[in-house]
Amino acid sequence: MELVIAKDLTKTYGSGDAAVSALRGISFSIEKGAFVSFIGPSGSGKTTLLNLMGCLDKPSGGRLAVAGIDISGFGPRDGARFRGKHIGFIFQSFNLLPVLTVFENVEYPLVMVQDVPASTRKERILGLLDSVGMMDQKKRFPDQLSGGQKQRVAIARALVTHPELVLADEPTANLDRDTAQTIIRLMKKMRQDLQTTFIFSTHDTRITDEAERIFRIEDGRLKSNGNSGGGGHG
Amino acid sequence: MANIWRIAVRNLFRYKRRTILTLSLVVIGIMFVTLFIAVTGSFKSMMIGQMTDSMLGHLQVHRKGYLASIDNLPLNLNLKLPAYKKLEKRLSELPEVEAYSPRIKFGGMFSTFVETTNIRLNGVDPDRESRTVPLLRSRVILGGEKPLEKGEIWIPELMSKSMKANIGDSVVIIATNQDGSVNGKQFRVSGVLESITGPGGRDGYLHIEDAMEVLRMEEMEVSELAIRLKNFGALGSFSSKLEGLLTPEISKQGKPIFEVHTWEGLSPFYNIARMIDLMTFFIKLMLIAIVLISIMNVMIMAVYERIREIGTIAAIGTLPGKILAMFVLEGLFMGAAGAVIGSILSGVVIYITNLVKITFDFGRQTGLVLSTAINPTDLLTVCGIVIVVSILASLQPALKAARMDPIQALGHV
Repeated sequence: MELVIAKDLTKTYGSGDAAVSALRGISFSIEKGAFVSFIGPSGSGKTTLLNLMGCLDKPSGGRLAVAGIDISGFGPRDGARFRGKHIGFIFQSFNLLPVLTVFENVEYPLVMVQDVPASTRKERILGLLDSVGMMDQKKRFPDQLSGGQKQRVAIARALVTHPELVLADEPTANLDRDTAQTIIRLMKKMRQDLQTTFIFSTHDTRITDEAERIFRIEDGRLKSNGNSGGGGHG
Repeated sequence: MANIWRIAVRNLFRYKRRTILTLSLVVIGIMFVTLFIAVTGSFKSMMIGQMTDSMLGHLQVHRKGYLASIDNLPLNLNLKLPAYKKLEKRLSELPEVEAYSPRIKFGGMFSTFVETTNIRLNGVDPDRESRTVPLLRSRVILGGEKPLEKGEIWIPELMSKSMKANIGDSVVIIATNQDGSVNGKQFRVSGVLESITGPGGRDGYLHIEDAMEVLRMEEMEVSELAIRLKNFGALGSFSSKLEGLLTPEISKQGKPIFEVHTWEGLSPFYNIARMIDLMTFFIKLMLIAIVLISIMNVMIMAVYERIREIGTIAAIGTLPGKILAMFVLEGLFMGAAGAVIGSILSGVVIYITNLVKITFDFGRQTGLVLSTAINPTDLLTVCGIVIVVSILASLQPALKAARMDPIQALGHV
C-alpha cells in the first residue's frame, strides 16, 4: 500500500525573471513502512520535497497525497492539523525545547498537539524512551545531553504520536560518523518495531547504505527512482 | 492549559535577570500608584469628612437663589416657616436621612466693649446640629464642655485671639434685620472654635432662638438646612431623589422654592478633590505605559530569541492558537505576578506608614495624622489594569509568533 504519491510535483520560488525552480516535475510513490532516503547535493531540492510532504509548504504544481489524503491545497491550519495527526519530524539540529526535560519534550506533542489523556501518556513515553535508550536521562534538560542523545530524544518525540510518516531532514548532519550510523540504525529499528514509514534526506553517502530505497535528486529532478538501496527491508 | 502555563513560566525564568527586572518595574509601578491612591485618597476622605462632619453636613437645602448670594448672607432669601415645615415633613419620610439641622445664617458686629469687628454667625439648634455635624464639638478647643445654650456664643479662634475675647467674657452681637432696623444682644463666650478650611470654617455659633431674637423674627425662618445621611456613599442618588421630591414645590409665582446642593457644590475643596482624581488618573496612565512598554519589550525579545523553537512547535503540529496562548500567558503571568507582589508590598508599606503616624499641615491645620488606606476596589482596579495591559502588551508579539511561517522560522539563524 502506498503512503506517499507524488505526481508531476513542481515548486517554484519567486516569479517572473526572479523565479527559481526548486522541483521540476517529480513523480514517485513510497509504500507504507518503507525506509527511504533522498540524497543529493545541497540545493538539489531535498529539503523542499520534505517540506512539501510535511505540509510545511505548498507545491506550485502537480499532486501530492500522503496517507490517502491530497495535501497539495492545504493551508497553514489544515497543514498543522495534518502534521499533528500523521507526521513526525526529526531535525538536523535536534530542535528540542530547552525549557522542557527529556520526558517533557517527548510528551509535548501528546499534550499540545493531540490532547492525549495523562493516563495513557506516561506509559507511551516511557516505552519510547526505553526503546531509544534514554530512560535513565528522562529528567535531564537538553543542554545536559550529547548530540546523539538529543537526536534519540527527537526520534522518540517524532514517534510518540504514532505517526504514519516520519520525515527527517539531514538527521545526522550534526553528528559524528559513529553516532550518525547509530542514529540511522535506531530509526530503522523503530521502523521495524512500529511499522512507521521513515523518509530522510541526506547528502552524506556514508549513511545511505542503511536505506532500503534511495532517491537521488539533482537540480530539482529525480535522477534515480529509488529502487536500489543497501539496507534491505527488515 | 496547565501545560501551556508550565511552559510559559519556564520560558519566563529562562532569562531570570531580565524577568526579575521587568517584574520589578511592574511591582514598583503598582506600589507607586497604590500608595498614591492610598495617601491622596485618605487625605481626600479626611478633608471631606472633616468638612461634612464638622461644618457643611452631607448636603444642604436652601431657598432657590440663596447659594448664588451666600457671600452676603441675604436674610430676604431665607425659607419661610411654611416652606421649612414642608421640607421637614419630606425629610422625616425619607429613611436615608440620619439627621438634619436648620440654620439661620447672618452677618453682624461683634463687640467686646473695647473693640468691634465683623462676624458671620450660625444660629443653630445645638442638639440637631451636633447630630448633623457630629465633629463640630471636637472643633471647640477652649470651653464647650456643655452643649451651646441660650445666651452663649462660640467664637472662632482667630477672633478670640485678635479681640482678646476669652471664655466667660461678655460680648455683644449687633445685627441688622431684614427691615433694616438694628438690634443687639449680650452673650457670654462659652467656646472657642478651631478654624478649618472651607466656607463657614471661621463662623461663630449661637442658639437659633437667640438668632431669631437678634434678627427680630416673629416666626422661624431658615437660611439653610444641613442634612446628614446614614450612608455617605449614597449621596449622589439621594441628592437626585430629594431634588425630584422638592422640584414640584413651587411658590405662588410658579417658581421652585428649594435648591439642593451636595457638599461638592458648597465647598471649593471639591475642586482640589477633582484635581486629586485627575492626578490619580494620570498616574494610572503612567502605570499603563510602564507595564505596556516593559512587558511588550520582554515579549518582543522572547519571540525574537525563540524563532527556531516557534518553527519547531509549529512543524510538530501545534496550532497557531496554542502558540498565541503560550506567549500571551507569559505576559499574563508577568502582569499577574507583578500585581500580586505589588499589592502585598503596597499593603506592607501602607501598614508601616500607619504605624509611623506621619503628620502633615493643611492650611491653618497642623499636625494632621496621615491615615493611609486603600479600598479593595481601588486595589482590584489597579491589578486589573496591570493584567489587562500585560495581555495587550503580549498580544502583538504573540500574534507574530502564531503567524510565523514554520519553514522560515526553522531556517532562522
